[in-house]
Amino acid sequence: MKIYTAENDGFLKLSFTGELDHHGAKTAMKTIDGLIDDALPRNLIMDLSELNFMDSSGIALILRVSRRMSDIGGKAWVENPLGQPLRVLNASGIDRVVKVFEKAR
Amino acid sequence: MTNTDYIKFEFPSRSVNESFARAAVASFAARLDPTLEELADIKTAVSEAVTNCIVHAYPGVLGTIWLRARIIDESTFEITVRDTGVGIPDVKKAREPMYTTGGDDRSGMGFTIMESFMDKVKVRSVEGKGTSVTMTRRIVRRTSAV
Ligand SMILES: Nc1ncnc2c1ncn2[C@@H]1O[C@H](COP(=O)(O)OP(=O)(O)OP(=O)(O)O)[C@@H](O)[C@H]1O
Ligand SMILES: [Mg+2]
Repeated sequence: MKIYTAENDGFLKLSFTGELDHHGAKTAMKTIDGLIDDALPRNLIMDLSELNFMDSSGIALILRVSRRMSDIGGKAWVENPLGQPLRVLNASGIDRVVKVFEKAR
Repeated sequence: MTNTDYIKFEFPSRSVNESFARAAVASFAARLDPTLEELADIKTAVSEAVTNCIVHAYPGVLGTIWLRARIIDESTFEITVRDTGVGIPDVKKAREPMYTTGGDDRSGMGFTIMESFMDKVKVRSVEGKGTSVTMTRRIVRRTSAV
């Protein structure tokens, strides 16, 4: 699991790659907390187009990132989930809490 | 084939072993000529069950996780993940969506995901003794055996 970032005009985009499981989520959350602290973005995009695998630990991570963003008065959403990660998102019903865009906005 | 087509292994409950468990089961399941989607479903279920042992069965300690995968017939795959950890006091409640004892780090969706990605999920648990989760999944036959 690796995270690539791009920052632009209040937008912070996190591109998740590889596999996001409980092992990866432990360090990913710390990394993301640091990135949010530094950038203090108004909008945070989690791009999953390069993510090959995710389980419920990824769901918990997305929920936490989204909560963290509302704490600082911002918004977070998910873009471009494909294949297995998309099926996990659907099975979890997370789209009732965090917006999921199957195509980039 | 029946009864003899299985793998069995055990490993310590360290999170670094999650990806190994997924990959090992998937490469064994490849024998049934599954689609990539079926393989991904099996990996997902393994990941959920193994993570539960690491996080819940052995909280803050190292324990042993036993895993068995079995080809029951040419279209049925079975996985059993077992621990000798704390056990689940109320299995019915534990299986409800969003029920978690794990706080902020967890979403309480593990069993729900196992149920939606596998055909059958059976949970046996005794408080203080441990838990075993057995899941089966039908693999659609695409080619006839040579
Ligand atoms: N092997 C186990 N040993 C002890 N308790 C378990 C075990 N597996 C599950 N549980 C209990 O069942 C609850 C629900 O499990 P489930 O996998 O559905 O959600 P979770 O693990 O809490 O969150 P998530 O899987 O979404 O990260 C857990 O919070 C825990 O209390
Ligand atoms: Mg779980």
